[in-house]
Amino acid sequence: MKRKWGVVAEFESPAALYAAAKRVIDQGYSKVDAHTPFPVHGLDAVLKQGPSHVGWFAAAMGLIGIGGAQLMMWWMNGVDYPIWVSGKPPYAWEPTIPITFELMVLLASFGALLSMLGLNRLPRLHHPIFSHGTFHRASDDRFFLSIESSDPKFDQTNTPQLLVEVGGQHVELIEED
Amino acid sequence: MTAITVQDLPENPLERAPIVEGNETFASVTETVARVSEERTPRGWFLLFGASVLILANLAAMVGYLIWTGVGVWGNNNPVGWAWDIVNFVFWIGIGHAGTLISAILFLFRQKWRTSINRFAEAMTIFAVIAAGMFPAIHVGRIWVIYWVFPLPNQMGIWPNFKSPLLWDVFAVSTYFTVSLLFWYVGLVPDLATYRDRFARRGKMLAARIYGLFALGWHGSNRHWINYEKAYLILAGLSTPLVLSVHSIVSFDFAVSLLPGWHTTIFPPYFVAGAIFSGFAMVITLLVPARQWLGLHNLVTLNTLDNMAKIMLLTGTMVGYAYGMEFFIAWYGGVEYESFAFVNRAFGPYWWSYWIMVSCNVISPQFFWIRRLRRSPWFLFVMSIFVNIGMWFERFVIVVTSLHRDFLPSSWAYYRPTLIDILTLAGSFGLFMTLFLLFARYLPVLAISEVKGTMKEANPHHGGHAGHRDVHAPEGAHV
Repeated sequence: MKRKWGVVAEFESPAALYAAAKRVIDQGYSKVDAHTPFPVHGLDAVLKQGPSHVGWFAAAMGLIGIGGAQLMMWWMNGVDYPIWVSGKPPYAWEPTIPITFELMVLLASFGALLSMLGLNRLPRLHHPIFSHGTFHRASDDRFFLSIESSDPKFDQTNTPQLLVEVGGQHVELIEED
Repeated sequence: MTAITVQDLPENPLERAPIVEGNETFASVTETVARVSEERTPRGWFLLFGASVLILANLAAMVGYLIWTGVGVWGNNNPVGWAWDIVNFVFWIGIGHAGTLISAILFLFRQKWRTSINRFAEAMTIFAVIAAGMFPAIHVGRIWVIYWVFPLPNQMGIWPNFKSPLLWDVFAVSTYFTVSLLFWYVGLVPDLATYRDRFARRGKMLAARIYGLFALGWHGSNRHWINYEKAYLILAGLSTPLVLSVHSIVSFDFAVSLLPGWHTTIFPPYFVAGAIFSGFAMVITLLVPARQWLGLHNLVTLNTLDNMAKIMLLTGTMVGYAYGMEFFIAWYGGVEYESFAFVNRAFGPYWWSYWIMVSCNVISPQFFWIRRLRRSPWFLFVMSIFVNIGMWFERFVIVVTSLHRDFLPSSWAYYRPTLIDILTLAGSFGLFMTLFLLFARYLPVLAISEVKGTMKEANPHHGGHAGHRDVHAPEGAHV
C-alpha cells in the first residue's frame, strides 16, 4: 500500500473552516494547513503560521539594486569612459538618483516575486492534494483543511474521525504520489 | 437577462456600499467571470478582433515603411524635431498610469471597490505601455542600434550618458513595464488556478494544462497565501512611488531642457495628474461597454463608476489648475520668452489645439459634480472619449507649440502631420485593442479571488451562511 500524504476535509464557509481549524489545533495537531479560494484573514493566527519572510528578500534585492546602480553609473561614466558635457563632473550623485531608484524598484520586485514562489516551493506540476475528490472547489467556493501524515499525532483512523467531528465533509485520506 | 437591479445606496457616509451587489455567492462570482472565457466566442468579438487586427497590420506596414525609408516619412521638421512620435509616447504611457493607480495606490489606501476593476485596469496598463514603448524605439531612426540605449558593451567602447533624462526614461519605462507585468501576473495566479480547475472539470485538458502551467501549481494553501499577500503588498508599495516616478521622469524629458514652455518645475506633478486623468478616462472607455456586454453589473457597480468619476473630477481639476498656473508663472516670472511661449500657445498658429485641449480637459470633468451624471455609464463613456481626445491634444500642445517657434525667428515653422503619422497613431490603437480583446476573451477580466475576499461571507467571523448578507460592521476595521 502507498504511503499516506495526509487527510483532507471540506467545509462550506470560512466561518466553518475557522471553527474547525481551531478545534483541530486545540487537539494538538501541528502540521495543519487550510486551502481556500482567497486569503481568509485570521486563519494564520489559528493555524500558528508565522509571518512571511518575503520582505527580507525584497529589501535585500532592493539594496543590491541601489548598490549595483551606483556602481554601474560611477564606473561607466566616471571611470571607464568619462563623458564631459557642459562642464558637469563625469560622476555626481544627483543625476544618478532616478536610475538608482528605478533599479531598486526593479530588483526588489523580482525579490518579492521570486522569494514568494521559492518560500512556497512553487512552481510545481503536481501536488498530492489534487487527488482529493472535491478539491477543485478550493479555487471556487469551498474551504479545505488538511492534516499531513508527518504530524506526530496523525493516525489513519482517529484523524479523519476528528475532521468529521468538527464538521468536515468529504473527509478523504490522500496518498503520497 | 433580468433587469438590472442595482441598489442606489447608501449615501450615509458611515455605512459602506456593498462592493458586490445582488445575490452573488462565491460560486456565482466565479461563474460570472469564468463564463466569459468558457462560452462560445461571441460573433461581436470576432468582428472587433478582426477590425483590430487589420488596424494592427496597418501599424506593421507603417512601421516597416518608416524603418525602410527613414523618419522623413513623418512630418517632423527642423524646429519641430519631436512631434507625434513623442506625443503618442506620452499619451500612451499616461494611459497606463491609471492601472497602476488603481491596482497599487488604491490597494494601499484599502479602497476595496478597486477589486472589481483592477485586473482590467492593469491589463490596460501593460498594453498601453507596450504601445507607448514602441514610439521611442521607432523614432530613433536606426532601430537596429537601439541597444545603444542600454548599458551594454558595444563596438565603440562607449557607455550611455547617465546624466541624460532620456536615459532615465529608458530605465523608468522598462522598469515600469516589467514591474506592472509582475504585479499583474501575481494577481492572476490564483485566478488561473480557478480556470485550470474549471477547464479540467469540463474535460478541456489542453486549456487546463496551459492555464495550469501559468497557475504554477497553486493550491490555495494558507501558508502560501501568507507569502502571497506579503509579496502583493510589497509590489503595491513599490509600484506606488514607481508610477509617480515614471511620469515625473517623462516630464523631465521636457523640464530639464531650457526651452520656454518646457522648462518649468510644475511639470512632474502636472504630468502625473494628467496621466491619472487620462488613464481613468481610458478605463471608463473600455469598462462601460465591457460591463454591458459581459454582464458584470453586479460586480462592477455604479458605485465603482461613481468613484472613478470622482477621481477624474479631482485630477481633471488639478490639470485645469496647472494650465492656469503655467500662465500665471509665465507672466509673474517676467521672462519675455516664457510669456511669449504661452501667449503663442493660446493665440498663435496652434490656438485651435490649445482650445480643444482646454475644452475637453477642463470642462468635461466638471459635469461630474452632478451625482446623476456620475452614475450614468453611457454619459461617462461619452465624457471619457472627450478626455482621451483632450489629453492627446495636451501632449500635442506641449510638444509642438513649444518647439515650432524657438529662440530664432528665422527657423520658425509650422508642423503638419503626414498621412503616415496619422496611420501610425491609428495603428497603435490597433495594437492596444488586439491585445485587450485577447485578454478579455482568454483571461479572467476580474480578480475573482480578490472580489470574493471583499464579500461579507469571506470574514471568518461572519455569522450566517454563504448567500446571506446582513448589515455589516465596517469591514477591515482591524487593519
